[in-house]
Amino acid sequence: MHFPRYEKIWLAIGGGALAVFLIVLGIYGFGMGFNTPHDTQTVDAQTISQNPNFQPGVKQTGPNRYEVTIVARTFSFAPAVIQVPAGAEVTFRMTSADVVHGFEIPQTNVNVMVVPGQVTTITHTFEKPGNYLILCNEYCGTGHQLMQAQLQVQ
Amino acid sequence: MAAVEVPSSREAHPEKQGGPFSKPDANLSLAHFIVVFVALVLGGIAGALQAEVRSGTLTLPAGIDYYALLTLHGVVMALVVTTYFIVGFLLAFSGHLLGGELKPTPRLLGWIGFIVMTLGTAMAAIEILLGNASVLYTFYAPMQASPWFYVGVTLLIVGSWISGAAIFVQYHLWRKEHPGERSPLGAFMAVCTFILWDIATLGVAIESLFQLIPWSFGLTKTINVELSRTFFWYFGHPLVYFWLLPAYIVWYTVIPKIVGGKVFSDTLARFAFLLFILFSVPVGFHHQLMDPGIQSGWKFVQVVLTMMVVIPSLMTAYALFATFIRAGRAKGQTGFTGWLKAMPWGDVRFLAPFIGMVGFIFGGAGGIINASNQMNAMVHNTLWVTGHFHETLALTVILTFFGASYWLLPALSGRKLTPQMNKLGILQTILWTVGMVIMSGAMHAVGLLGAPRRTSYTTYQNNPLAQTWVGYEQWMAIGGIILFIGLALMVYNAFRMIYGAPKGYTEVPVADIEEEAGTPPAIFEKWWLWIGITVVLVLIAYFVPVTQMIQNAGPGSPGFNTWNFGR
Repeated sequence: MHFPRYEKIWLAIGGGALAVFLIVLGIYGFGMGFNTPHDTQTVDAQTISQNPNFQPGVKQTGPNRYEVTIVARTFSFAPAVIQVPAGAEVTFRMTSADVVHGFEIPQTNVNVMVVPGQVTTITHTFEKPGNYLILCNEYCGTGHQLMQAQLQVQ
Repeated sequence: MAAVEVPSSREAHPEKQGGPFSKPDANLSLAHFIVVFVALVLGGIAGALQAEVRSGTLTLPAGIDYYALLTLHGVVMALVVTTYFIVGFLLAFSGHLLGGELKPTPRLLGWIGFIVMTLGTAMAAIEILLGNASVLYTFYAPMQASPWFYVGVTLLIVGSWISGAAIFVQYHLWRKEHPGERSPLGAFMAVCTFILWDIATLGVAIESLFQLIPWSFGLTKTINVELSRTFFWYFGHPLVYFWLLPAYIVWYTVIPKIVGGKVFSDTLARFAFLLFILFSVPVGFHHQLMDPGIQSGWKFVQVVLTMMVVIPSLMTAYALFATFIRAGRAKGQTGFTGWLKAMPWGDVRFLAPFIGMVGFIFGGAGGIINASNQMNAMVHNTLWVTGHFHETLALTVILTFFGASYWLLPALSGRKLTPQMNKLGILQTILWTVGMVIMSGAMHAVGLLGAPRRTSYTTYQNNPLAQTWVGYEQWMAIGGIILFIGLALMVYNAFRMIYGAPKGYTEVPVADIEEEAGTPPAIFEKWWLWIGITVVLVLIAYFVPVTQMIQNAGPGSPGFNTWNFGR
């Protein structure tokens, strides 16, 4: 198979850029912890309201560290209002009681899927105080556009 | 501006009456195209209404659910229009290239495929219109549609397998009659397209037959949600390559002829298509980057495999621009941009696919962003993604298909592309391009600001950030209206070319191969080898994570109807 000379140069530049790009992605992900959700823990969606380990609420887990347990269900999040201090490391721990939902805090990197039977966790530090919108970004039924919550960073 | 060359007259082909296709072949393909253009009307009305509702410009009369329209638009445009166009086009094209017409067995298979597909499409469409299946075209469990919706979608896919088998049989018979000869490039590419499709659709077939259908009929109580999403996306990404490859067939084999050039390299074109088979399947996790239940390492493996398609894409871009530059040189144009003066801008058969190519440069760049773990967090499930696939599917692929319609439909109906129809085609191409640039551009921009996709009109109780999105959504609505006008004109043009244009002979423009292009290695047509490599890649990418999903499965999920609580 014959590649013309200029095509070889073209592919070498393109392939080289791609290799650098993938190495950067890998270093960010595995070296610096900028990772996507990867929990493989499962939970029973049908009995979630009786599950003592999955009661919605905010819990302090260390100095300046918080864990927020969230249950999504058509068409609301519990808790509907979440309060955390500015600059704290916040881990959201979520599941769904019914269908698949999304959990997005616009203009941050918090944007994950909430799947019944699975536990999604994601950690983020909110430096700027203010009220943040939380919305469901996976179609979940007729009231999907109403599904929201509020994060108050103080 | 170069004059439009109206395709060669009947005198050049005195032996042929009507067109380059036999009557039975033409009827078979035209049956598919009639479904395409009727479905476009349905999907277009749904799409235009959606764009207006989303921006708060319009409120639907009581009883019509936004999400039912959204489901209709997605299923019709992404699954029905594309599949029927591709089958109709490739049946006619491969019959034409492989011996001039379809043999009896492939023709029969083509009709059986058409009937099965149409039965399935009708079932799915009825269930959507009755409000029993507002689950969107991704039909994520545990939202549970009527079982007949899943049966309908499955029949659509099974029908397309039968039609694909028609192309395989035609190719096989041709090879037996022409031992040692290399197959025509376009036919080779059609075979690649359906091999890719068959491997890809296995995922959604398994999801339907073993999960969704028994569960929705009540034979099984629960479903493994993450596993069903994985089977869906195993299919969902190569699905986009199934749309793209026929557009590439037009770019590689037809466009060179229309610009007065030749196919740059037959061998490298075939190699690019084989690479597309290998690297379009084991990549579905890049749609599930934000899902729980899959380890980061396996996600990264599939991200790397996803990005490998950059290589055949760069090869394609090189080959196309090399063709343009050589065609330009042959017409006396020199320099880096001289070829631009030699292109037939006034010929819709060139203009529409060319705009599609330019759109795909941006579409490809957007795709790299979507498939990167970290950048995906910014855009996942926002309107950016909707903008991305309107740019890639509706601008690149569909505009190429529209452009091809201006020679394919008259060739099938034994009519001519008149200069007036060509002008209407240019107008339609401009409307579609302008509408799509406005709509897709606004979607990309507002997606970066965080606006979610697949959501009816909302300001989240007058949230200040969400209120800033409405202005962009109004631009989406304006784009949507322009697109609808462009679509209506395309449908008019299509039916005019099928039923109303003056009779005459329209050729199928297939380019010759450059003399120095060399002979492709015989190994390229050893299909089991390429299928085997694909299977190995799929096993590497999927075996461990899917096994984990099955072994670690928690309690499954019952079905939910969250759109029609009265059911």
